[in-house]
Amino acid sequence: MTKNIMIVGVGGQGTLLASRILGNTVINEGFDVKVSEVHGMSQRGGSVVTYVKYGEAVYSPIVDKGSADVILAFELLEAYRALPYLKKGGKLIVNTQKIDPMPVITGAAEYPADIEKKLADNADTVLVDALKLAEEAGSAKAVNVVLIGVMAKSSDIPYENWVETIKTTVPPKFLEVNLKAFELGYNY
Amino acid sequence: MKKLLIGNAAVARGAYEAGVRVVASYPGTPSTEITEEIVKFEDVYAEWSPNEKVAAEVAIGASIGGARAMSCMKHVGLNVMADPVFTVSYTGVNGGLVFCVADDPGMHSSQNEQDSRHYAEASKILMLEPADSAECKEFTKSAFAVSEEFDTPVFIRLSTRVSHSQSLVELEEKQDIELKPYEKNIGKYVMMPANAVKRHVVVEDRISALKEWAETCEFNKTEENGSKIGVITAGISYMYAKEALGDSVDFLKLGAVYPLPDKKLKAFCDAHDTVFVIEELDPVIETYLKSLGVTNVKGKEVFTLLGEYNPAMIKKAVLGEDFAEFTDLSEAIPARPPVMCAGCPHRGTFYVLKKLGLTVSGDIGCYTLGAVAPLASVDTTICMGASVSAALGMAKARGAEFNKKLVSVIGDSTFMHSGITGLVDIVYNKGANTVIILDNSITGMTGHQDNPTTGYTIRGEETKQVNLVALCKAIGVEHIAVCDPFDVKEFERTVKAEVEREEPSVIIAQRPCALLKTVKYTGHCKINDNCKNCKACMKLGCPAISIRDNKVVIDRTQCNGCGLCVNVCPFKSIEKEGN
Repeated sequence: MTKNIMIVGVGGQGTLLASRILGNTVINEGFDVKVSEVHGMSQRGGSVVTYVKYGEAVYSPIVDKGSADVILAFELLEAYRALPYLKKGGKLIVNTQKIDPMPVITGAAEYPADIEKKLADNADTVLVDALKLAEEAGSAKAVNVVLIGVMAKSSDIPYENWVETIKTTVPPKFLEVNLKAFELGYNY
Repeated sequence: MKKLLIGNAAVARGAYEAGVRVVASYPGTPSTEITEEIVKFEDVYAEWSPNEKVAAEVAIGASIGGARAMSCMKHVGLNVMADPVFTVSYTGVNGGLVFCVADDPGMHSSQNEQDSRHYAEASKILMLEPADSAECKEFTKSAFAVSEEFDTPVFIRLSTRVSHSQSLVELEEKQDIELKPYEKNIGKYVMMPANAVKRHVVVEDRISALKEWAETCEFNKTEENGSKIGVITAGISYMYAKEALGDSVDFLKLGAVYPLPDKKLKAFCDAHDTVFVIEELDPVIETYLKSLGVTNVKGKEVFTLLGEYNPAMIKKAVLGEDFAEFTDLSEAIPARPPVMCAGCPHRGTFYVLKKLGLTVSGDIGCYTLGAVAPLASVDTTICMGASVSAALGMAKARGAEFNKKLVSVIGDSTFMHSGITGLVDIVYNKGANTVIILDNSITGMTGHQDNPTTGYTIRGEETKQVNLVALCKAIGVEHIAVCDPFDVKEFERTVKAEVEREEPSVIIAQRPCALLKTVKYTGHCKINDNCKNCKACMKLGCPAISIRDNKVVIDRTQCNGCGLCVNVCPFKSIEKEGN
C-alpha cells in the first residue's frame, strides 16, 4: 500500500528540505520512493506543493485529491487550500503561522476567517505553532524540521532513523539547531 | 547502489556514465539542474553558454570533434536553438550527440505550453521520452550509443514532473569511451546546397531505418493484462495511467516517441476493442495512429489539450470511476501567486516606473513579476530579448512622443542571451529607446547561475567579465547611466532624463539579487509612531508589509531589512532595527 504525504507551504519556507529529509528517511526503510517538487516560479513566495510517496511500487509522483494520508502544512491558508487532497481519515499537521498572500496585501481578497476551526471540523488536525518552537530551537528557519518532528511522532519509523537522516541531510553548521527543532516537534 | 535522484540529476548521471565529455546549456526551468549536476563530475567540460543556440553549436562542434556531447534546454530554448538543430540532423554526428529538452505542461514556470515532440518530427531527429528517474538515466545513457549507431542526434524529452520528481536510480560505473578521431569530411559537415541535397537522402533513409528499429527497440514496451482496453502512452502520462488503471488494461508504453513503429502500433490497436491514447499537450501519437487508418482510438475527445494530467482524470476517462472521495469546501480561497522576494532589487525599479506611468516592454526573468499587482508595471512579455526589439517596434509604430513614455526592462543574463542584437537594431535603425538593464549580478529566476556578466564560470572559476557599459558604448549608445534602483529619488531622476532624450540610452540598474550569499542585509524594518497610515509603502508590493487592523505592519519573519521601504516613506516613519 502506497503512503502519500503532501507538504504545502509558501516559497522560501524550506519545504524542499523537509521533503528531502522525509524522502531520505523512507528510502532507508527499503521502500520505493517518489518525491515530486516544482522549482522555479513557485519558489518566489508562491504556493509550494511537494509530494512524497512510498510503498512497494510507486508510479505517479503526484498525489490526487482525496489521497493524502498526511498533509504537512507550513502555513494556515495553504493547509486550507490543500484540504481537498486529504484522504478520508487522513491526518493534517498544520503550522498556525499566517503569511498574507499578495491579493490579501493589496486588499483584493481577504484572508479567510476561522481556518483552524474549519480544518479541525473536517479532519484529524494537529495545530502547532512551529514558528515559536523553531525560534525556541534557535532559528525561525527551522520551522520545517519542527514540523517533520511532529509528523515523525505519529509515523511508524523509529526516532533514531529520523535523527540519522537529519544528520546526513542538513549542513553541519545548522545541525544542532535542527536536531533541537526536531526534538521539540517530536515531543509536541 | 541506488540513490534518490530528480530526473534531471539522473539525466546528468546517464550522460556521465556514457562518457559525455562536453555539456553546454543555457539555464531554463525545468531543465537547469541537468547541467548543474554535470558540474559535479570533474572530468566533464561544462559551460553556461550565452544562449541555447550557442550551447547547441558548442555541443555540435564537440560531437564533430569526436566527443560525446550534450546540450540541455527548456522547451522555449529549443526554439532559440532550432536553426542548428535542423541542419545537424543532416550532417549527423561523430561522437554521440544528445539534446535534452524539458517541456513544461501546466506552465509552472514558462510563457507557453508548446509540445517539443513536434520538433522531433520537423527536424527528423529520434526522440526518447523517459517516465521516471531510472529511465532518465538509462535512456540518456543509451541515447549516446544509438546516436553513434545511426549517425543522428537524439532528443531526450522531459517534462516538469519527470525533471523535478525524485525516484530511485541504480548508479553504475562510467563507461570508458575514447575520443573518436576527427576526420575532415566536407560532404558530411559542410551543408551547402550540393552537399545538403545528398544528405537529405541520408536523413530520409535514417528515419526509415529508425522506424524499423523502433519496432523492436528496448524503449517501447507492451504490458499484456488480458484486457480488451488498450492504452498507448509515454513519459509521465504512463505513470499516471499505471497508478489510475493498474493491471486492469493493457499498455503500450512508448519510450521512443519519434519515429513511431507502425506495425507495433497497428497490431496493438487491432488486438483491442478500444485504445486510449494518453499524452499530455498535443495529440501527436493519436494523430499519427489516425494517419495509419486506425479507427478504434480515443484521445483528445476524452482528454484535454491543456495542462498536466493526473491519475484521477485518467481513471474517470478510461474506467468512468472516481479516484477518491474528498472534502470540498466551497469557500473561495485567495490565490498565492509568486511575488518578487523581500529585498528584490527589481522592486525599486518597478516602483519608479509605475510612479512615472511609463509603458514597460518586459522580458523573461524574475522581473516578469513586475506585471503583478500592486506594481503592475510591465505591459508586455513575449520571449527572451523581446523587451528591447519590441519596444523599437512600438516606438516606430506610435512615434516620438509615445517613446518618451516607453522603456524596456531586461535582466543581465537575458541581455546577454538575446538583448544585445535588439540594442544594435535600435542604434542602427535610429531608434531613441531607453533600455534598462536590470543587473542583479546573477541569472536569478532559474536559481542563481553565473553568466558572462558575473565574471565566473559554471565551476565558479574567475573569468573575463563582460563590461556592460563598454559593450553598450561599442554598439553606439552614447548615453549610459549606472544607477541603484533602491536610491529611488536618483533612479527616478535618471529615468525621467533618459526617456526624454531623442537618442538611444541605457540605464544599468545595479543591485545584486537579495538571495545571493554575498548580499548581507541585516536587521528588520519597523514602523514607528510617526506613521500617518498613508500606505505609500504598500505600493511596493513587498511580501513583508501588510495591513492588520487598519494599520500598516511589517512581518519580521518576511522582512530581510533591505530598507527600500525606509527610502520610500515620506514621513520617516519606517526605521531599521537590529543588526
